[in-house]
Amino acid sequence: MPPLPARAWAFIALVIGVSVPLVVGAVIFGASTFAWPDLVMLALLYIVSDSIGARGARDSMTIALGSISALASLPLLGGYGTVILACSTILVVDSEPWVKRVFNTAQLVLAAAGASLVFAAFGGHPIGMHSFPALLVPFVLALAAHCVVNGLLVAVVVNLANGVPFRTIVQGTMIRSVPGYVGYGLFGLLLAVLWDDDGAGLGWTAALLLLLPLFVARWAYAQYVEEQQAYDRTVRTLMAAVETKDVYTRGHSERVSAASVLVAREIGMREDRVSSLRYAGMLHDVGKLGVPTRVLQKTGRLTDDEFAAIQRHPMQGLEMVREIEFLDEARAGIMHHHERLDGLGYPMGLRGDAIPEFARVIAVADAFDSMTTTRSYRGARSLEEAVAELRRCAGSQFDPPMVEALVGALEEHGWEPETTPLFIVPDPELVFDQDGSSFDHDDPHYLQGSR
Amino acid sequence: MTLVRRRFDDAGSMGYLVVVLSAGLLAVGAIVSVAAPGGFVDVRTALAFAVFIAFGEFVRITLPGGRDAAPLATAGALGYLLLTRFDGDSADHGALQVVAVTVIAMIAGVAPHAVAGRTPTLDSLARRLLVIGISAAVFRGSVLDEKVDALRDAPLALVLIAVVVLSLVVDAILAAAVRAGEDRAPFSAVLRNEVRAQVGIGSAIGATGALIALAATIMGYWALPVFVVPLLLTQFSFRRYAAIRESSLQTIRALSRVTELGGYTESGHSRRVSTLAVAVGRELGMSDADLRDLEYAALMHDIGQLSLTEPIPGGATVVAAPAEQRRIAQLGADVIKQTGVLDGVASIVEQQAEPYRRAHDVQRRDVPLAARIIKAVNAYDDLVGDSFEVSRRLDALERLRLGMAYEYDPTVVESLSQTVERNVRLGV
Repeated sequence: MPPLPARAWAFIALVIGVSVPLVVGAVIFGASTFAWPDLVMLALLYIVSDSIGARGARDSMTIALGSISALASLPLLGGYGTVILACSTILVVDSEPWVKRVFNTAQLVLAAAGASLVFAAFGGHPIGMHSFPALLVPFVLALAAHCVVNGLLVAVVVNLANGVPFRTIVQGTMIRSVPGYVGYGLFGLLLAVLWDDDGAGLGWTAALLLLLPLFVARWAYAQYVEEQQAYDRTVRTLMAAVETKDVYTRGHSERVSAASVLVAREIGMREDRVSSLRYAGMLHDVGKLGVPTRVLQKTGRLTDDEFAAIQRHPMQGLEMVREIEFLDEARAGIMHHHERLDGLGYPMGLRGDAIPEFARVIAVADAFDSMTTTRSYRGARSLEEAVAELRRCAGSQFDPPMVEALVGALEEHGWEPETTPLFIVPDPELVFDQDGSSFDHDDPHYLQGSR
Repeated sequence: MTLVRRRFDDAGSMGYLVVVLSAGLLAVGAIVSVAAPGGFVDVRTALAFAVFIAFGEFVRITLPGGRDAAPLATAGALGYLLLTRFDGDSADHGALQVVAVTVIAMIAGVAPHAVAGRTPTLDSLARRLLVIGISAAVFRGSVLDEKVDALRDAPLALVLIAVVVLSLVVDAILAAAVRAGEDRAPFSAVLRNEVRAQVGIGSAIGATGALIALAATIMGYWALPVFVVPLLLTQFSFRRYAAIRESSLQTIRALSRVTELGGYTESGHSRRVSTLAVAVGRELGMSDADLRDLEYAALMHDIGQLSLTEPIPGGATVVAAPAEQRRIAQLGADVIKQTGVLDGVASIVEQQAEPYRRAHDVQRRDVPLAARIIKAVNAYDDLVGDSFEVSRRLDALERLRLGMAYEYDPTVVESLSQTVERNVRLGV
């Protein structure tokens, strides 16, 4: 972790300085207002669920699991108990540095105090026979208070420590964690109802029953993430295998995919479409396998027949991926990636806006990569030359906004053209002798991180 | 309609028939009995649960492995059948009323899909109803009568959990009974697969069902919407998981055709091999996870040919020299290993050319079943292709039998020839 600026230290000290007296006060004045065994069980629940969460990915689900018991304590333990419970954050097993952990505990103590005040102010009370829906209003308001205090304190410290703009933090992490907060917060109320002796009276077994579906959901989500990664790697590898036919295009699919994603992000494409486009870029040349190797590797001028064989590859590619349902829009990208704005492209000769957006993006990325890598008939051109060429063809062959988006993205993120060998390697095993790091550059997470 | 007729023609569908027919009888019986005067109590509570179940049925999902599930609907029905008190008042509906409410709600939830042309799988609907019927009979018919006075005691939760576990067991057994017939797989293997597939989502459903019943004693109607959230979340995760698994399979299927496009193998070869191999694997009682590896390996078994400079005539590896076959297998395995996530698949592909009995192998290591299956099925398809000629099929099977006990695993060849003959009989 980089050293923290003084302002950040000051803020952290302030938050800790306010929270310590709060906890001490809660212990002194509120020790007899709640059942300690309940507090211990809730604390255990809190520590266990957050520790398990901390080992998984940092997503909205993780943030929220602990807040179930933190908020259940409002009606179960009352304000003092809630503040004391927040201290158990410090015992959560994770790999965070101690500063982060202490600050996190302190800010959650403040959030708990804020939530308790709001809960009491709006008539919050312990669970009773007909406390529904009367308890909902104070509880939801308390939940909102917890969310706001927690979010603001974290946003301020991140802003002071890393200089990330305040607005970015609020719009990014905070807004995205709100649904989880609300959902799991309401779970807290449910837990209280089921737990309390004046409610269903299940005690801590309520926690087991209630958390079971959530852990199952987490498990399924983790499976999903794992499967998604496995899927990505499989598609990449299979495309690499397809590329063994033509050493000059080795890594081409991956780079076109990466460049397409750069363009898409630059023009503000929706994230789910970007992910679809990523696969379209990866698979755009899958039909090339139908083109005889001698044509692909031919150095001289192509005959009409040979050219026709090459022109068939987008349709053959489409034919291949037709049954992959989720590709959806990506299929149009694969089919039309050789169309030209002036209508002189293939296979359909579409013109202007009639060319699907995915295809216009891939066309630029495709041309850019083929220019900046070595081909059988020429050496690689420099980035500047390639950009100049793209600009020259903008309007006739390429969509000008896409070209400019690529240029903008290149300036922002840079580009590393893959160096391809200058001779043909006969041993197919060597074709796969690439280091794993080359996979990183088209990983969207990697790109996000480098922003 | 042809699909239904084919099912009934096939003697393997006994389990399917029994489950669907008994569920139909149960549904009609329940509705008739509650339609009688005084047969229906607590209409408003019933309506609330019916809406919940119908919604759950409407948003039903497909679990990994193509299993139909309606977690919310099942949890709602479980909640209704386990309900002892509702907002402080006692809940006195009988087991048949539970079934009737579930049936009506199911129909309401399925109707919009049916209108849109998406017919639900009848056996999964029927199975869900039977599970609810049996659990309701057990809980409301016997357990509840003795427990009425002690409703607020803690053991109630334990009783509910016991009923929920019972319902999960019944569900797995019924599902296995249907599947075992359809897949012609050993019942024990299918049951194991069903239990594995259902244990996660099933425990979430069961816990939610019990919680709805318990929370409704205090919260009344509020208990219903509140529990939609966690289970929807679970359902959402499972749906995404199932979707990516499906995409993955579709992609491998599509990309397995690169060898055909490149002229290395005959058109449709990988696909036919994978379909046959999975059918044989099922019949031999393989687990879902192994079947998945088998299917992937079968689809990609020829991918090593991409590295050949000259395609083998017709792509038939069976006519290639053993050393060449092994080299292709090795090259294919190397490609698949590059993914870093399909090591199991790679090792199957690697060993697909190994003979069943290797005299010179001092270690006498067993070739994995999946590899033995692919070896036999691949040879069969290389010899038959997409031809429908009887003589060619019989010749191919004969040739495999001649190679039995040395080249091919006799059990696999036996299962293969049965599968092939059955497919021909059914006109698949």
